[in-house]
Amino acid sequence: MNNLLNSYFVKTHKLEISITIIAVVLFLIYFLGAPHVFTRFPIYRAFMQSMPFFGIIAISATFVVTLGEIDLSFPSIVGITSLIFGIIMTSTDGNFFIAFILATSLGMFAGLVNGLLVTKIGIPSIVATIGTLFFWRGLVNVISQGSGIAIVDVADGTWHHMIFVEKLFGKIPMQFIWFIVLTGLMQWVYRYHKFGNHIHFVGDNKASAQMMGINVDNVKIIAFVQLGFFSALAGIFTMYEMLYFWPTQGEGLMLTTLAAVFVGGTSVFGGKGTIFGTFIGVLIIGSLESGIVALGLSGFYVKFINGLMITVAVTVYALIQRRKN
Amino acid sequence: MAEELLKLQNIYKNFGNVKVLKDVNIKINKGEVVALIGDNGAGKSTLIKVITGVHSPNSGKVFFKEKEVQIKSVAQSRKMGIEAVYQERALCDQQELYRNIFAGREITNSFGFLDIKKQRKEAEKILRDYIGFTSKAITVDSQVMGLSGGEKQGVAFGRSLYFNSDLIVLDEPTMGLSIQETEKVLNFVKGLKNENKSAIFIDHNIIHVYGAADRFIILDRGEVVGEFNKEDISREELVQKMIQLHESGKIKVED
Repeated sequence: MNNLLNSYFVKTHKLEISITIIAVVLFLIYFLGAPHVFTRFPIYRAFMQSMPFFGIIAISATFVVTLGEIDLSFPSIVGITSLIFGIIMTSTDGNFFIAFILATSLGMFAGLVNGLLVTKIGIPSIVATIGTLFFWRGLVNVISQGSGIAIVDVADGTWHHMIFVEKLFGKIPMQFIWFIVLTGLMQWVYRYHKFGNHIHFVGDNKASAQMMGINVDNVKIIAFVQLGFFSALAGIFTMYEMLYFWPTQGEGLMLTTLAAVFVGGTSVFGGKGTIFGTFIGVLIIGSLESGIVALGLSGFYVKFINGLMITVAVTVYALIQRRKN
Repeated sequence: MAEELLKLQNIYKNFGNVKVLKDVNIKINKGEVVALIGDNGAGKSTLIKVITGVHSPNSGKVFFKEKEVQIKSVAQSRKMGIEAVYQERALCDQQELYRNIFAGREITNSFGFLDIKKQRKEAEKILRDYIGFTSKAITVDSQVMGLSGGEKQGVAFGRSLYFNSDLIVLDEPTMGLSIQETEKVLNFVKGLKNENKSAIFIDHNIIHVYGAADRFIILDRGEVVGEFNKEDISREELVQKMIQLHESGKIKVED
């Protein structure tokens, strides 16, 4: 046992192991407390259906958080890109390619604006992205004049609807498959690509990274741009699931998404993080609401327990970090 | 006549209204170790950052191996053969050693993915052959935060040797080191000469500088105010010059 605890893998993956244990315990509680719900498939299908919408953004946001930065504007980027997607789909009689390219380009543009404000103008990201949070949502309201857009006529039953949100073998929602694939891909980039490597160095110590020849500004800008892209993508997934755009789309995403990243163990101080941890964080945060209700507690407990989870998790990580130093 | 490696001509550098470097002219030959001395704020750090590509000068010319160059980035100066060893800030604390050694010039495939196996192998070689780490506690997978000041400095040196640079720039290489560690660092600097490599270093401690350098360049408020070869000046005289400079703001040029 002692050997196991001292092994290289355990030593280097303390965070991942802690978060996995927390998730297993949580699901055990669900399982024992509400066996009638958690021994059946539908609850898992519901999870697989709903988690990817914020999960995809959480994975992508892990890059920005590892930089020691934050982006609060992504809920509004989801809003504006979904709106554009809806407008183009309906006005081109369902031209998926044009709608997809324009919506994701707009997402990347919004990310670029954030990146430039942070690096070239020098506004702290928490402030800059509060500005763009209001800006893009405001633009959504102005353009949509408060009304929604139905894309059911141009999207339902199409091949793109099928590959985005229909059920594989009639059981597994496609968005979950995409979510798993993207998580794997992003984990690979995060740990084994030059870009991911630079993210870690810039987040760890900006001045050192600069002296080692890393272009700090470019790394930050690209991080915000990819988050813009994935926010747009998450918006498109949501559009296909709901077949409808509504002007507040994306607004509920902020806290769950960032909570998943922090519960997942990515350091608020930058320089350290894990995509796997964020993935588990998504499973935890995404299951809390249904889990709590299934356990027989009233819905009023959801936020309370959510808050408890986040506070306990970040405290544990801070303590692990402190012991290391 | 010694072969010239680096020459700076009429270098000016301002940060806003502050003139940090004023008409600086210096030359470094192959196989020569030059010490840059001066008080805080004399412009030493800025000068070496101009050489390593962190800052661009506002005006002036830079020659490397007798060709005029414009050093626009750290990556470019490294490619030319200039390697910097910065005290403390040389490495990122939470990242593994093998990642630190290759930061900014990772070994990758054509898609930009890291060749982790090769990086670890080469890092292992650097630790063993160039630095002489024998401790089992330090491996290529160690995070930098567990290392002592001297060990960090050693890693930075090992890195510069591995990349086979012609000019090694050392920023306060002995600051915060124990006596034995300082000795190691100075031996390293002396060893560079045997390989016909050059070094330029900043140090507050004149005693360290004196032992390791061939030539001393004294900076004061952005200007070169004195330049001495080791044969021409004893340690005591050098100390006297610095005290003089400190008190009167001038160096007496006598004899």
